Amino acid sequence: MKKWSLLLVFIFWSSASLVLAAKPYKIGALFSITGPTSFIGEPERNTLVMLIEKINKAGGINGHPLQAIIYDTEGDETNTLKKATKLIIQDKVLAIIGPSRTGTTLALIPFVERYKVPLISCAAGIKIVEPVRPWVFKTAQSDRLAVKKLYAYCKRHGIKRIAIITVSNGFGQSGREELKHLAPEYGLEIVADEIFGPKDVDMSPQLIRIRAKEPDAVICWGTNPGPAIVAKNMRQLGMKQPLFMSHGVASKRFIELAGKASEGVILPAGKILVAQQLPKSDPQRALLLRYLAEYKARYGKEPLTFGGHAYDALLLLKQALEKAGADRDKIRQALEHAHIVGIHGIFRMSPKDHNGLDPKEAFVLVRIQHGKWVMVKD
Amino acid sequence: MKYHYCGLLALASTVLFLGLFHHNDYHFNVFNIVGLQALVVLGLALLMGYAGQVSLGHAAFYGLGAYTSGILTTKFGWPPLAALWAAQVITLITALLIGLPSLRLKGHYLAMATLGFGVIVHVLFKEMIGLTGGPSGLVGIPPFSILGYQFLTSRAYFFLIWGVFLLALALCLHLAHSPFGRALLAIHDSEAATSSLGYNISHLKLEVFLFSASLAGLAGSLYAHFAMFISPTTFTFLYSVKFVTMVVIGGVASLWGALAGAIVLSILPEILTVFEDYDVVVFGLILVLTMIFVPQGLVRGLSKLFTHLRRSVLS
Amino acid sequence: MSEFLQFLISGLTNGAIYALIALGFTIIYNTTEVINFAQGEFVMLGAMFMATFWGKLNWPLPLAFLAAVGLTAMVGILVERLAIYPARHADTITLIIITIGVSILLKGLAMFLWGKDSLPVPPFLGQEPFHLLSITLVPQSILVLATSILAVIGLETFFKRSIYGKAMRACSTNPLAARLIGIRVEPLVLFSFALSSGLSALAGAVIAPITFATYDMGTILGLKGFAAAVLGGLNSSTGAVVGGFILGILESLAAGFISSAYKDAVAFVLLLLMLFLRPQGLLGLKEIKKL
Repeated sequence: MKKWSLLLVFIFWSSASLVLAAKPYKIGALFSITGPTSFIGEPERNTLVMLIEKINKAGGINGHPLQAIIYDTEGDETNTLKKATKLIIQDKVLAIIGPSRTGTTLALIPFVERYKVPLISCAAGIKIVEPVRPWVFKTAQSDRLAVKKLYAYCKRHGIKRIAIITVSNGFGQSGREELKHLAPEYGLEIVADEIFGPKDVDMSPQLIRIRAKEPDAVICWGTNPGPAIVAKNMRQLGMKQPLFMSHGVASKRFIELAGKASEGVILPAGKILVAQQLPKSDPQRALLLRYLAEYKARYGKEPLTFGGHAYDALLLLKQALEKAGADRDKIRQALEHAHIVGIHGIFRMSPKDHNGLDPKEAFVLVRIQHGKWVMVKD
Repeated sequence: MKYHYCGLLALASTVLFLGLFHHNDYHFNVFNIVGLQALVVLGLALLMGYAGQVSLGHAAFYGLGAYTSGILTTKFGWPPLAALWAAQVITLITALLIGLPSLRLKGHYLAMATLGFGVIVHVLFKEMIGLTGGPSGLVGIPPFSILGYQFLTSRAYFFLIWGVFLLALALCLHLAHSPFGRALLAIHDSEAATSSLGYNISHLKLEVFLFSASLAGLAGSLYAHFAMFISPTTFTFLYSVKFVTMVVIGGVASLWGALAGAIVLSILPEILTVFEDYDVVVFGLILVLTMIFVPQGLVRGLSKLFTHLRRSVLS
Repeated sequence: MSEFLQFLISGLTNGAIYALIALGFTIIYNTTEVINFAQGEFVMLGAMFMATFWGKLNWPLPLAFLAAVGLTAMVGILVERLAIYPARHADTITLIIITIGVSILLKGLAMFLWGKDSLPVPPFLGQEPFHLLSITLVPQSILVLATSILAVIGLETFFKRSIYGKAMRACSTNPLAARLIGIRVEPLVLFSFALSSGLSALAGAVIAPITFATYDMGTILGLKGFAAAVLGGLNSSTGAVVGGFILGILESLAAGFISSAYKDAVAFVLLLLMLFLRPQGLLGLKEIKKL
């Protein structure tokens, strides 16, 4: 008990001393740091912590240090609501970055609208910004852009009949909806539509069904480890069709998991994956290389693409804070006109577009060759 | 019984006092979530403590209530109150279908049947995309309303949820101390003896199970309107397990324990955030230690401790 | 036909894993009447240790395998000594909640030791599939099948022949009578935890090259294993094995012929039907009483 009270006193004292030292801009962040989607939340948290230290070292924003209060949502909606109101009411933050998942973001939207707090989500679902809601923004590229990029490639290469296999969670469902919705526009026919569970260990029954339909290509939409199993199973079943994946597996880990089966897989990904191969003229190149190096130096591993979503969110918020100061409504207005060069694209926010990404810049297509990412020329 | 009425009165006045004079929406939201969970746990405590049966599918009943209310209000434009009653009917019918065959038998068949049921319902929530919105969830659930009054603030929901909980608790306490409740307790001790007294045990158990499921469904309906968004990730097997844990931590066979369990297990993770990423580990550790050292649950464990302390002070 | 066989192979591989986990459940259930909710975490530990010793440190395969199984069995022993033994006089439900706590604890610890990403584990015999009749087989799947069949045979012999095994069977049939004839139950409980966790680790170690190793892989595997155990009859070890294979095969057939979206539901609908129509499970002992 004694230890507990000591700890509490310490927390109180340390937060009090921070308040006395300066008047920081307080922002909140919600990431799924533990739980099933922790692989998304962790790099986001790490990136945010790193970037805030850097901003503060450089003198903060307009002379105010930046203070972030980061809570773990465990990827759970009820928990997200609790933590978000804590940020808004108790911690009185100016804006919230996150959450990491589309589901938790959608759960939060009615609440940020009620309390009028700017939210910059790091999730991909297009429903977050469509229809546009005054207080809700997002940095992650929408699935629709990824699907368009892939479909354009299919069309160019004469692929007509495709099979899709998607994971049964929010990410997979959103991808599946876009895949089905956009197929006619690109003259594609979906001949098989299969589902797998996020923790399934064998996808060969689904792939056998797909094989029977003889599609020109297979598109798999999911996050690790499922898609790696799909790639392996396809190879084991002797299926020779080209395999396309989503940006959900755009990490080294996918190549490690799928091993040889990952050879030749093509997927849309943020430029961060192929930063070295970008032309020198690319406006994002310098930023990407710097981010990669700094993250690696600090955490000893490469940031997954997810970290970039938090990076972009903070860059947007920083610009808004510089313009607006400590006022939630003014921050919201500033966000609507924010314009930054970020990790995952060049953001040009507008009152009509709260994602602000150009479909052409948001994704590049990459192919896995000899265990390395290689940019596919348009 | 007198002591229970005092307790109810104390809880009611606390709710009234907080609701009128407290001004922190964060606290209200935490209380609301605690209240909803306490409602589910209350029914489960009645089932576990008085009928000696375990349900590993209460999150599914909670979800059934939430999804029925959510779907009927968003897709079919029903008023929330009508949707809530429909949700009750659906929950009861499903509970009857599960309970009827599994409660005929002696042993823990209900636990296994509800476990299977929970998984099936979760799959349905995920895959019936046209109705449920699928894994990404059901958006746009309207706020709760009765007779034209809309519940829009966290404070309003606080009154609603805790009002319902108080009513349910009063009802449960009344049941527990009626001949019905005594018959149930007798089942817990000896089924053979109770049945020789002329009670139909299978019926008694089924009635408790139905009541318990209906409370979970009710909590689910309220949750859907409070959160305005539901998705399958909330209603998992692990959530069912969490409800059971709340009952046991509070103390089986104590309805007040249900409240204690729900409060402790909802507040504990908030406190444990000081351990940052280690909070899960500490949570598991606390759970194990509590069960080893206070297996009869917090309510009885603490009251034992107090009597022990009083004796040692007096002597 | 070839499709059917291919589904069958896939189902057999999954089924073999479910069978091993289900066996783990019945072993502990038979000596303690406790349903061990931490069973899936033992599978996870087996896979994780394999990822470390075989995948990362490149130990020789047999050594890595033994270390993975042995270390997990040690964890099982620790769990029994530190968490179950001190509460041995408590209700069954209290013990079950303790296993839930242990499961949360082990999962949390694994998250710290190994991180949140899936870890790759190289296959034991190479990756090249080979073709038999019209179906494709992967060496690792055959290893999975072989391992679990060997484990089941070994276990059966142990139960039938050795004095320890006989004592365990006696204890599960009638604990009171077992005590009366001088069998000490406490060491048996300890032993059942070691055996059960070791078996689950075996399952985890051998499937890791197929499924990879992730800190939260245990929950769903534990759930499926439990369903398999109920399907076969919680008190029957043969039933557990049969239940595991049936569950695996039906899941795969359901995914192949009915719908991949509803395949998990199919397995559990089957579980419910079994409970309602034949509550003692396929091969369980008949001790069901009507009320």
